[in-house]
Amino acid sequence: MTPLLALSQTTINFTYLVAAVLLIVGIRRLSSPPTARSGNWIAAVGMGIAIFFTFLDEDITSYWLIVVGMAVGTVIGVVSARLVKMTAMPQMVALFNGVGGGAAALIAAAEFHRIAPAAGHLSGDSVGAMLFSALIGSISFSGSLVAFGKLQEVLPGRPITYAGQQVVNALLFAALLGLGVLAGSTEQGIWMVLLLLGALLFGVLLVLPIGGADMPVVISLLNAFTGLAAASAGFVLENTALIIGGTLVGASGTLLTVLMGRAMNRSIANVLFGAFGAAPAGGAAAAASTDGKSYREVTADDTAVMLAYAQRVVVVPGYGLAVAQAQHAVRELADLLEARGVDVKYAIHPVAGRMPGHMNVLLAEAQVPYPQLYDMDDINPEFPRTDVALVIGANDVTNPAARDNPESPLYGMPILNVDQAANVVVLKRSMSPGFAGIDNDLFYEANSAMLFGDAKSSVEKLVAAVKAA
Amino acid sequence: MTLLNSITVFVLAVFIGIEIISKVPTMLHTPLMSGTNAIHGIVLVGAMLIAGSADSDLEKALAFVAVVFATINVVGGFLVTDRMLEMFKRKPSKPDAE
Repeated sequence: MTPLLALSQTTINFTYLVAAVLLIVGIRRLSSPPTARSGNWIAAVGMGIAIFFTFLDEDITSYWLIVVGMAVGTVIGVVSARLVKMTAMPQMVALFNGVGGGAAALIAAAEFHRIAPAAGHLSGDSVGAMLFSALIGSISFSGSLVAFGKLQEVLPGRPITYAGQQVVNALLFAALLGLGVLAGSTEQGIWMVLLLLGALLFGVLLVLPIGGADMPVVISLLNAFTGLAAASAGFVLENTALIIGGTLVGASGTLLTVLMGRAMNRSIANVLFGAFGAAPAGGAAAAASTDGKSYREVTADDTAVMLAYAQRVVVVPGYGLAVAQAQHAVRELADLLEARGVDVKYAIHPVAGRMPGHMNVLLAEAQVPYPQLYDMDDINPEFPRTDVALVIGANDVTNPAARDNPESPLYGMPILNVDQAANVVVLKRSMSPGFAGIDNDLFYEANSAMLFGDAKSSVEKLVAAVKAA
Repeated sequence: MTLLNSITVFVLAVFIGIEIISKVPTMLHTPLMSGTNAIHGIVLVGAMLIAGSADSDLEKALAFVAVVFATINVVGGFLVTDRMLEMFKRKPSKPDAE
């Protein structure tokens, strides 16, 4: 088949420039609340332009593979994006990220196969990029699948560790570099296949020992990896759209990863190799130290009275709220309290939930006005003046040990100073530790009380009780 | 020269990528991650070029899967981001309780 309308490479490159500008403007607008939604669509239009004009590239001589592939991908993409629940958003992002990395690796593999049979045909320029794309794309693919599994709780969220893990990973990585050199120098497919398989294995081994609480950071890092894999695929194909789009994501994703790590007071190296929450010594010590302590249980009715006659209430949402889909009930409770003249604020920890901003998305879904949402630094000075802090399904981000106990694995992580409020009511299903696997000293404080149950049903009970109060 | 051009584009894009997100409020981190996630779906362009010029069956198979994967990345990524951002629209404001 002849091309529909073969455009010169110069013309196509010009359209890629237009697309790149739209992508940049799009990301820029995504960074500010009022313009974010339009930014997403501007980026999508840029993407559409790049895709449309690629159809007119003279190198493309057959369309059916592309058309069928895009149709299948569109159906899967639309259906999964529509059906996914807001609480499952983090793992959905992980999946979309993984397939992107997989695509970059497959491009590298196909290009290697096309050029390699005639030895000596690989140019020094592109072979490095090809191998890098295969390596990073595969790691991102399998790593994202493991991250998905952990967040979806198909795989255990706790770190999976074994003796000598880091040695195994280091050896495997060295082996991958060796395979890369072999594949590049001998140009034989077998080395490329081994490189791809080894990289897939490495991605799995890299993410398995990382605890569920760190998954947002990992997904962000893998997002940056996929960007770099796409960019290096761009080097292989000498395609500026890929280089620009991929690099933008690689750079901004890396920065975003660092910002998230900083919010948790952890370096990226610590996230990747620290096996956070697994440390048996630290865990045992933390458990032992709380053995002698006791907690106080409170009923929904008592809590409702406390709330109804408070002046200042701060709601601290966490992942438990997301799981229970309690955001609408929380909004209703807040409205009732406000109608009684209670001042209600929400304290949003940067890493509450399983992704930064996760809580903002959920509360926005329930149409909580965002002037009521306060960042950690803005709300912390308020806690000493707060009558009731209502902790709904949040745990590690309220643990005072992070502030006071240098022995705690959490030590140094900025927290919400919930314990400084006059009263703390913790809505939780049980006394089990949080995602990081660490017991929370907050629960044993004298001013704390536990309200056990599913977050949504507990909040609904509070709503009914406040109405009656 | 082409390689040098590519490297030039790459280096400039690194700076832009860092610059444009350096002032993002925390509440937008998730949508931003999701939005940039959609943008690396630009690998679809590469997958199309490979699929459109593949000779052997193996290349065709690899390229086909690459096109499917990349399309899921693009389409799913933008739609999910839009769903998140849709929730940020301001509700008709009622007077603050304070």
